[in-house]
Amino acid sequence: MKKNWWKILASVLVVYTAIAGLLLGVPRLAILNETIRNLYFHVPMWFAMIVLFSISVFYSIKSLSTKSEIDDMKAVESVNAGIIFGLLGLVTGAIWAKYTWGQFWSFDPKQNFAAISVLLYFAYLILRNAIDEEQKRAKISAIYNIFAFPMMVVLLFVLPRLKDSLHPGNGGNPGFNSYDLDSRMRMVFYPACLGWILIGYWVYTIRFRIRSIENKQQHN
Amino acid sequence: MKKIFFSLILMMATLQLFAQDNGVEMADTLRNNGKIYVVVICIVIILLGLLAYLFSIDKRLKKIEKESNNGK
Repeated sequence: MKKNWWKILASVLVVYTAIAGLLLGVPRLAILNETIRNLYFHVPMWFAMIVLFSISVFYSIKSLSTKSEIDDMKAVESVNAGIIFGLLGLVTGAIWAKYTWGQFWSFDPKQNFAAISVLLYFAYLILRNAIDEEQKRAKISAIYNIFAFPMMVVLLFVLPRLKDSLHPGNGGNPGFNSYDLDSRMRMVFYPACLGWILIGYWVYTIRFRIRSIENKQQHN
Repeated sequence: MKKIFFSLILMMATLQLFAQDNGVEMADTLRNNGKIYVVVICIVIILLGLLAYLFSIDKRLKKIEKESNNGK
């Protein structure tokens, strides 16, 4: 029970954001209307993804120096868990876009680059599957991951800002931080981010534990 | 004792009759604000179910981990 405190915290936070996110007050904005509440659910998906990919790149770098199989497995499973959140972020973003920008996919720079950054990590998994030899696979995929991570950061946070985008925070569009995210929304938004990051980490630990048992069985 | 109890029940029955004639609206809280509470309840139930499921997977996994460590 003592070890599980953060899992309970994550559950409480996520349930809290579902209740408070739908019931507490939000600013009255044109076009967005009540969909601004999506901020509590769509954005934390991306934060969870980025945290999981950061864990992955950390273990990839570590695995290059330690040559440990466990570090390699941690790197893969955090990518596997992160991709789920990336896909959820893309889908929720497309639905939100349909009702505020008019189309599910308007080829907005932010949407395109977000899709490309998810594809980058699909490529990572495909690359791994293509190599049979374990040592080689660990090394090559770790190096690929080290390149993929900064590219993902650039695709999500740098390139969309240089172009005209409908997404907040890009192309001269103010981000939610400037005026929309008032103190009422912060009360829900920050717990939501923390809660979903913890849930993502939890999914990653479960995946890693399953893989290490499978790995053990294969070696026996 | 029996008499008091019986009269109490009768009084309660009449109370209900009095309450029925002022306003037809029932289950008030769940009908407020465009019935958003209904959506909240559904989302919370889904989340609780999924979280309980995650906890149960975690528990099962812990058991399997223990067994595979003992086998070695």
